[in-house]
Amino acid sequence: MQLNARIPDGPLSEKWTTFQDRCKLVNPSNKPKHKILVVGTGLAGAAAAATLAEQGYQVKSFCIQDSPRRAHSIAAQGGINAAKNYPNDGDSVWRLFYDTIKGGDYRSREANVYRLAQISNQIIDQCVAQGVPFAREYGGLLANRSFGGAQVSRTFYAKGQTGQQLLLGAYGALMRQVAAGRVEQFPRREMLDLVVVDGQARGIVVRNLLTGEFERYEGDAVILATGGYSNVYYLSTNGKNSNVTAAWRAHKRGALFANPCFTQIHPTCIPVASEFQSKLTLMSESLRNDGRVWVPKKAGETRSPQDIPEADRDYYLETRYPTFGNLVPRDVASRNAKQVIDEGRGVGNTGLAVYLDFRDAIAQQGKSAIESRYGNLFEMYQRITGEDPYAEPMRIYPAVHYTMGGLWVDYHLMSTVPGLFVLGEANFSDHGANRLGASALMQGLADGYFIIPYTLGNYIATTDLPEVTIDDDAFGEAEASARARTLKLLSIKGDRTVLDFHRSLGQLIWQGVGMTRSKGELEETIEKVRSLRSEFWQNLRVPGEATTLNQNLEFAGRVADFMELGEVMAQDALAREESCGCHFRTAYQTAEGEARRRDDQFSTAAAWQYQGDEQPATLVEESLSFENVELTQRSYK
Amino acid sequence: MQVHLKIWRQPGPADAGEFVQYTVDAIAPDLSFLEVLDKLNEQLTESGALPVEFDHDCREGICGACGMMVNGQAHGPQQRTSVCQLYMRNFQNGDTITIEPWRAKAFPVVKDLVVDRSSLDRIAVAGGYISVKTGSAPDANAVLVAKPSADTAFDYATCIACGACVAACPNASASLFTAAKIAHLALLPQGRPERKKRVVKMTQQMTKEGFGDCSNHGECQSVCPKGISIDAIAQMRREYIRAHLPF
Repeated sequence: MQLNARIPDGPLSEKWTTFQDRCKLVNPSNKPKHKILVVGTGLAGAAAAATLAEQGYQVKSFCIQDSPRRAHSIAAQGGINAAKNYPNDGDSVWRLFYDTIKGGDYRSREANVYRLAQISNQIIDQCVAQGVPFAREYGGLLANRSFGGAQVSRTFYAKGQTGQQLLLGAYGALMRQVAAGRVEQFPRREMLDLVVVDGQARGIVVRNLLTGEFERYEGDAVILATGGYSNVYYLSTNGKNSNVTAAWRAHKRGALFANPCFTQIHPTCIPVASEFQSKLTLMSESLRNDGRVWVPKKAGETRSPQDIPEADRDYYLETRYPTFGNLVPRDVASRNAKQVIDEGRGVGNTGLAVYLDFRDAIAQQGKSAIESRYGNLFEMYQRITGEDPYAEPMRIYPAVHYTMGGLWVDYHLMSTVPGLFVLGEANFSDHGANRLGASALMQGLADGYFIIPYTLGNYIATTDLPEVTIDDDAFGEAEASARARTLKLLSIKGDRTVLDFHRSLGQLIWQGVGMTRSKGELEETIEKVRSLRSEFWQNLRVPGEATTLNQNLEFAGRVADFMELGEVMAQDALAREESCGCHFRTAYQTAEGEARRRDDQFSTAAAWQYQGDEQPATLVEESLSFENVELTQRSYK
Repeated sequence: MQVHLKIWRQPGPADAGEFVQYTVDAIAPDLSFLEVLDKLNEQLTESGALPVEFDHDCREGICGACGMMVNGQAHGPQQRTSVCQLYMRNFQNGDTITIEPWRAKAFPVVKDLVVDRSSLDRIAVAGGYISVKTGSAPDANAVLVAKPSADTAFDYATCIACGACVAACPNASASLFTAAKIAHLALLPQGRPERKKRVVKMTQQMTKEGFGDCSNHGECQSVCPKGISIDAIAQMRREYIRAHLPF
C-alpha cells in the first residue's frame, strides 16, 4: 500500500489558498441531499457538525454522553494559540508554524502545520463572535499569555476553563442547527462499527447505551471526531469514558493507524495519592508561567519545602534550560522530572513528585494577581489534595494527557478509507512527536470549522456515491459482528472485572511505552499484552444484561479494544529506532541526555495496517519532506 | 475507614425503586467519593450482584456528567464542589451516607442514579447561543468588551449543566441554569441583537419541560458547584421585562 498525502503543489504559504481556490464545490441546492454522519461532539465534532449543517448538509451527530456538551474537550484548561500578534511581540503565522513543527520534533507535515497556523486567527474571531468570554485587558481588548515551547504570548484563554468555553461556543452553534432542523442528535450512542460499501465509508453501527439496541445509519460520508486514546494507560487525565473504540473499529475496517506510540505525558498533574485512584488531574501548563519547578538538591531530603533554604533548592529547569526555563515543552519537562525523581530527589510521601512553587510570584505580584490568573486551578488542587498552594508549593508529577498518534489522514483529513474523515485528537496529523500547549484546541476547531467544510465538499463533489440503504448486506454484517463481540463479553462469566483488567493493562503500557522506552522492555510488553488479552477473553466478568444501561459492558468493549491497541503501540515504539519528542528510546540520546533523532531513517509517519485478529499489524511509511524548515536538534537551552 | 452507603436502586424508568444499604471498607481519606462507588461496584460485581449505575466522566468537576444527592444535599456537603471532586476526608469512619438521584419531573430516572437531563439541551436549543455563521466573524478585537462585563459573563458561562440547581430547588426550577446562559450572552455586545427573543424562548421552553418557576429560595446558588450567583436570575427577569418593552 502506498500513502498519498495529497498535499497541494506550490509554496508553503499558498498551499491552502490554492486548495480553496481549486477544490470542487457542492451546489447549495444539492447539499441538503447529502447525509453526513459525525461521531463525537467535542471541539472538532461539534464544530464540524454545526458548520456542515449551516452549509445545508443533513447532519446526524452522535455522542456517547447524555449531552453533546460533555465531550472531553470541556476539560481543557489553559488556552488556545493563535498568531494574532496582538501583544506586538514578534509573532506571525510563520513563527507559530515553526514553533509547532519544532515542538513536534519534526515528525509532522509542513503543509498541515502551516495551514493550522494560518487558520488560527480565524478561530479566535469566530469564538469571540459566538460569545466565548476570553480574558480581557482593562481597555476591553483580548489578553494573552505564554505557553511552553514559545517565546511569544500567543495564547488566548478563559481562566483555566478555556476548553469549556470554546466547547460551549461550538455546542451553541450545534444547538442552533438542531433548532433549524439540520442536525439530528443521537446522544448516548456508541459507534461500534464502520460500514464500508464498495470501498467507501457509507455508514455506522451504534449501540444505544440506554436500551442496548443496535442501530444502523447510512450517509455519504462519515466523520470521526472521537478523541484520543490516553485511557489505554488506565490512569490518565482523560475523562473516564474517553476511548479508542470508534477509531479502532474503523482501523479494523481498513483505516491505517499512525504513530500510535506518540503519547504525551504532561508534566504538571496532581500526583497519584492512593491505590484505588481512578484518574489523574491535570494542572494547566499555564501555571509554569509563574510557578517555579524545583526539587531539593540532595536525595532523601526530609524538611518541609518552606524550611528548605534557597541554597538547597535545585530549580533544575531554569538551570538546565536558561532560555526557556520553566516553559520548556512538555516532553522535556516530564523527562527532567522523571530524571530528578529517579535520582531520589522526588518529594511528598511517595517521592513521586516535584514542587511547583508560587512563593516568588506571590511575593512579586501579590496574591490577588495570582488568584485572578489561576484561582480555579488552585481551588481544584486544594480540593483534591487538602493542601493550600498559596501557602506551600504544589506537588506535581507527569501523567498521560494527549495522544498525538491516531488514524492516518491525508491533507484533506481523509483516512485510507475513502469517505471516512478523521478530525481533532482522533487523527495523527499536526503535532508530530510532541504537542505544544494550547495547540489541541486550535487543531480541533481548525479541523471542524475551517478545513472539513472545504475538503468534505470536494469529496462529495468529485465522488460517485451510489445509493445505499441500511438493509444492504454490509450493514447487516457490521451489525452482526458488533453484536457478537458485545454479547461475547457478557458470555465469558469469568472471575476478573473490567476495571481489574484495565488497571493491569495500564500498568504494562505505562512501564513499557511510557516516558522512556527500550527494545527489551518493548518486546516484553508485547508478550505481556498478548497474554493479558488472552486472559481477558477467557476470564472477564461483566455483570448484567445487554438490553439495558450497562456501563460495565460499555467499558468492557472499550478495554477489549485498548488491549489490541496497546500491542500496536509497543510495536510502533519498537520499530521507531530513534528518540523524538515524547518517544524516548534510551539507546538513542545525546551526550546531554536529550532525544536523538535519526532523520535519515525516521523522518516518517508510521502507519499501521490491520491484518486480522491476533495477526501483527504491518507498517506502511509516509515519508515526511521538509522544504521550508531546517531540521535541527531541538534546543531549549 | 468504613462507610455505609444507603443507595437508591431502580432498574428502569418504569420500575419501582428502593433504598439498599451496602458497606465499603478500607477507604483512604484521599479517595474520592466516586472512587468509593467504584470500589462498591467492584465488590458487587465480584459477589455476582448488579453494580450501581451513575453518570460520570471527567472527574474534574467540569463536564457536568455526575450529580447525586448525598445526605439530602446536591453534590454533597462541600460547597462549590461537584460530587466527583468530593473527597472522603469530608466524612467520618462509620458514617451512613444516603445517595439518591436528582429528583425532578423534568429529569426522569433512567436507572439507579442516572437521570435524563435532555430537557436542559432543549432549553439550549430554544436560544442559548449567538447566531453567527462560521467564517463571517469580524476581527476578534474589533468589538471592545469592558473587562468587568467580560469577567461577569465568564462567571455565568461556567455553568456545567449538571442539574444540581434543579435538584435542590423546592420548585424543581431550572431558573439558574437558564438564567446563567441568558445573563452570559446579554452581558456581551455580541449577544445583544438576539437578547429579547432569547429570553422569551428559553424561558418558555423551561416551562414547557415541566420545570417550576423561581421563588427566590436560593438553594440553587448554595449547591452550584461553579458558585453561580442567583444574581443571574435577577438579570434574566430584567431581560424578560426588557423583551416586552417597545424600545
